[in-house]
Amino acid sequence: MLLADASVSSLGNTLAILLGIACLLPLCGFLIEIFAGYWSDRLSKTPALMAVGCIGGGFACSLLALILWGNATCWTALKADEHGAAHHSVRDDSAETQLALADEELHADEHSSAGADDHHAFHPEVEHHVASEEGHDDHAAEGLVPAHAVFSGTIYRLAKFGNLDITVDYYIDSLTLVMFVMVTFIATCIHIFAIGYMSEELTHEYVDHAVHMSDGHHLHRPGRFYRFFAYMSLFCFSMLGLVYSGSIFLVFVFWELVGICSYLLIGFYVERKSANVAANKAFIMNRVGDFGFLIGLMILWTSFGTFRFAEEIDDHGQAHAGLFHMVRGDKGLMRVSSETGDVVMWGEHEETLLDENDQPRTIPYYLLVIAGLGIFAGCVGKSAQFPLQTWLPDAMEGPTPVSALVHSATMVAAGVYLAGRFFPMFTTDVLLVIAYTGCITLFVAATIAIVATDIKRVLAYSTISQLGYMMLAIGVGGWGAGLFHLITHAFFKSLMFLASGSVIFGCHHEQEMPKMGGLWRKMPITALTMLVGVIAIAGLAIPVTIMGARIAFSGYHSKDAIVATALAFTEANSMHFLLFLTPLVTAGITAFYMFRLWFYTFAGDPRDKHVYDHAHETPKVMTIPLLVLSLFAAGCAIGGEEGVLYRLLSNSEPVGVAAGRMSGAGGISLPSHEAIHLVHAQAGTWALIVAVLGAFLAYVFYGARWVNPTEVGQSFPRLYRFLVEKWQFDALYDAMFVRPVRIIAGWFVVFDRVVLDGFLHAAASSVVHISKWDRRFDESIIDGFVNLMASVTFGIGRSFKKVQTGMLRQYITFIALGVLALFVLMLSFFPN
Amino acid sequence: MEGVDLKLFLLVGAVLFVCGVICMTSKRNGIGVLIGVELVLNAANLNFVAFSRYTPLGLDGQIMALFVIVLAAAEAAVALAIALNFYNNHLTIDVDRADELRG
Repeated sequence: MLLADASVSSLGNTLAILLGIACLLPLCGFLIEIFAGYWSDRLSKTPALMAVGCIGGGFACSLLALILWGNATCWTALKADEHGAAHHSVRDDSAETQLALADEELHADEHSSAGADDHHAFHPEVEHHVASEEGHDDHAAEGLVPAHAVFSGTIYRLAKFGNLDITVDYYIDSLTLVMFVMVTFIATCIHIFAIGYMSEELTHEYVDHAVHMSDGHHLHRPGRFYRFFAYMSLFCFSMLGLVYSGSIFLVFVFWELVGICSYLLIGFYVERKSANVAANKAFIMNRVGDFGFLIGLMILWTSFGTFRFAEEIDDHGQAHAGLFHMVRGDKGLMRVSSETGDVVMWGEHEETLLDENDQPRTIPYYLLVIAGLGIFAGCVGKSAQFPLQTWLPDAMEGPTPVSALVHSATMVAAGVYLAGRFFPMFTTDVLLVIAYTGCITLFVAATIAIVATDIKRVLAYSTISQLGYMMLAIGVGGWGAGLFHLITHAFFKSLMFLASGSVIFGCHHEQEMPKMGGLWRKMPITALTMLVGVIAIAGLAIPVTIMGARIAFSGYHSKDAIVATALAFTEANSMHFLLFLTPLVTAGITAFYMFRLWFYTFAGDPRDKHVYDHAHETPKVMTIPLLVLSLFAAGCAIGGEEGVLYRLLSNSEPVGVAAGRMSGAGGISLPSHEAIHLVHAQAGTWALIVAVLGAFLAYVFYGARWVNPTEVGQSFPRLYRFLVEKWQFDALYDAMFVRPVRIIAGWFVVFDRVVLDGFLHAAASSVVHISKWDRRFDESIIDGFVNLMASVTFGIGRSFKKVQTGMLRQYITFIALGVLALFVLMLSFFPN
Repeated sequence: MEGVDLKLFLLVGAVLFVCGVICMTSKRNGIGVLIGVELVLNAANLNFVAFSRYTPLGLDGQIMALFVIVLAAAEAAVALAIALNFYNNHLTIDVDRADELRG
C-alpha cells in the first residue's frame, strides 16, 4: 500500500511538472518573441525558430510524461481486455439505468453486493492525491498505478473570497496526456510549416494586395513575422493550459485566452476590413456562448461550492469531493430523490453529502440541467456548433497555418474537449440536447460544403460538420468515440489545412477552386498528402480484415465508432432515429464534398491557365510537416477500438459510461459498450457503403466529369441558392440581430440629436447668457465698489500728503502744540 | 531742603521742558536739536526724581530716571551717528535740508 502511495504521488508530481513545463514554454516563447521581435531585426527568422523550439520542447515534455505514465502503469491501459471486462462486470442489472431511488441505504446495499468494485482512494499527501474511481485493488497491491487513476492537485492559490477558493489546479488523466501530445505535436508541425508560409512577411515593405488605399495603391506595411509566431505561441499556451486545468473556473480563464488568441490571429491582416469583421464575428459569437458558460459557473458555484473537477484535501487533511464525484459518486450513478425530484450529492466515501444542518445536500434537477446547458453553450460557441457556427467559415481570413491550428488542435477542439471532460455533470436531457445540436450541425455544415468553392471554406465547413459528429457522439453516450474522433480529426484536418495552405502558397494566394485543377502534376507531394487526408476524413476502408483489423485510415475507425454508438442509441430509443440516420447520410456527403475538393483542385485539366502556369511545389519546410502529418492522419488510429489510441483514451472514460448507466431522468437510456459492440459491424458496413457511394458520386461529377455539376445546380436553382447562401444563417442573423440593433441604434441617434443634444445646447446657451449678465454685474457693482474704495483711500492719502513737509522743527512745533491742546482740553473737561 | 515744595521742582522741570522744546523748534543745527532733546529728557528726569521724593512712588521714580539717562545716552549716540552720516552726504547738518521723505 505504502509503495503504491509513494509511487502514485511521485508520478503525479512528475507528470504535473512535465506538463506544466510543456504548457509554460510557449508562454515564455510568446513573451520573448513579442518584445525581442519588436525591438530587433524584422528580417530575422529567430522568432520562428524560438516558437518551434518552445512548442517542440513542449512536445518532448508531453511525450516523456506519456511514457513515464505508461511505464508506471506498466501499460495496463493497452491491455484493454482486462479493463473492458471490469467495465462489463459492473453492469449488473438494467433496473439501475433508471435511477429514481429515494432510499439511498437500499442503494448502497445494492452496490456493496455488486462487490467487484470496492471504492479505493489514495491520499498520499495534501498537495497531491489520486482518486481511483473503480476497483483495481489488484494493481495497487502490486505497487502499480491504476491506468484510470486521476492525478490532481493544487499548484497555486490565486485568491480566496470566503468559501470561494480560486486556485490553479491540475487534473491529469490519460485524456490530458493524449491531448497534450496531440496538441504539441500538431502545433509543432504547423509552426514549421508556417516558417515557409509566412516567409513573405520577412520584409520591411510588405505589400498587401487585398487592401486598396484611397489613392489607388496597395497597402505597404512592415512585415509582421515575429508577431505571428508570438501569437501562435500564446495560442498554444492557452490551449495547453485549458487541457491542464483542474477546475472549471481555470478552464474558463484559458477558454477566454483561447478566444482572444483566435481574435488576434484571425484579424492578423488587420488592415483588411474582412479580416477585422471576421475577427470581431468570431469573438462576439463566442461571447454569446460564454454568457451561457458564466451562468453555468454561477449555478455550479452556488449549488456545489467548488469549481474543482477532482476531490480536494484541505489544510486539515479533510477530503472534499469534487464536482464529478458529488454528482456521480463512485459508480457513475446520479441519485434523484423520488420525493422532491432533487439530485442528492455524493460525499467523499460513498455517503450522502450533508450540509451544516445534517440534511442531505441536494441540487434541484432543473438547475443541474441549466448548468449543463450553460456549460454546453460555451462549447457551442467555441466549437462552432449550430446555431453559433457562422463565425468559423469567416475565420478563414486568418493566415492558413492559423486556420490549421484553430481547426484541429486548439480552438474548436477546446469545446469538444470540455464537453467530454464535463461529461459526468451532464444529465440525459442535456446529452440529448448535445446530440441534436451535433446532429443539426453536422448535416447543415456538410450540405453547405457541397457548394462552397473556396478551398479553405470547404475545409471550414467540413470542420464544423466533423465537430458535429463529435458532439453527437458525446450526446448519445459515446464518450470514447467522440474524443477518439477529436484526436483523429485533429490529425487529418491539420494535414488538409496545411495542404490547402500549400496549394494557396503554390498558386500565389489563389483560393478559388474553380480556377484550379490538374495541380497534382505541379505539386505531387501536396496532392498526395491531401489525398491521404481526404480518404481519412471520408472514412474509406478496404473491407478486408487482417489480424482482426480493417485496413483503413484513422477517420474510418473513429467515424465508425460514432455511427455505431448512434445506432445503438437509436435501437434503445427508437423515437430518436434521426440521430442515426443523419450522421449516416452525412458520412456520404462528407465523402462527396471532400473528394469533390480533391478532384476540383488536383485532378483533371487545368481550368485557369494563368494560375496553373505559375503554380509550383512548395519548399521542403512546408512539405515535410505535410508528410509527417499524413503519416499520422493515416495511422494514428490503427487498430480502431482495439488500437492504442482508443484504449489510452478510454482509461479516462467517466465511470458508468461503459455500462450505459449515465441515466438521470427523462426516459432516455444510453447504450452500453456491449450494445455498441453488437451493432458495430453493421453500422460500420453501412457507413462504409455510404462513404464509397459519396466518393463515387464525387468522381462522377468532378473526377471523370461525366455530369456537369453546374447544370445539376441550375436545375435546382432555389436549393442551390439556399446552400450557397449558407442556409441563410448570415441573412437570418442579420435580420434577427444586426438589423434590429441598427434600427434601434438609429432611433437612439435621433433621440441623441434631438433630445439630448437639444437639451445640452439649451443648457449651454442659457449658461452663456447668465454669464453675460454676471459679467455686467461683476464689472459694474463689484468692481465699482472696489474701485470706489480704492479712490477714496487714495484721495485721503493724497490730502494728507501736504502735511508731511519734512521740516523737523515744524513737526516738533506740532507735537508741542498738540500736547498743549491736549492739556487745555483735559483741563477744560476734567478741571480736577 | 525741608521747606522746598514739590511745586518748585515741577516748575523748574516745566521751565526746562519748555526751554528744550523751544530749542528743538528754533535750532536749524542738528546738534542744537539734540541739545533740546536732552533738555526735555532731563526735565522729565527731574519730575521723576521729585515725584519719587514727595509721593509714595519711592525708588521706582529714581530707577525710571536712571533708565531715561541710559536711553538718552544711547539716543545721543545714534543721533550723532545720523548727524555724521547726514553731514557726509549733504555737507551740512541743517535739519531743514532733511526733507527727502516729505509728501
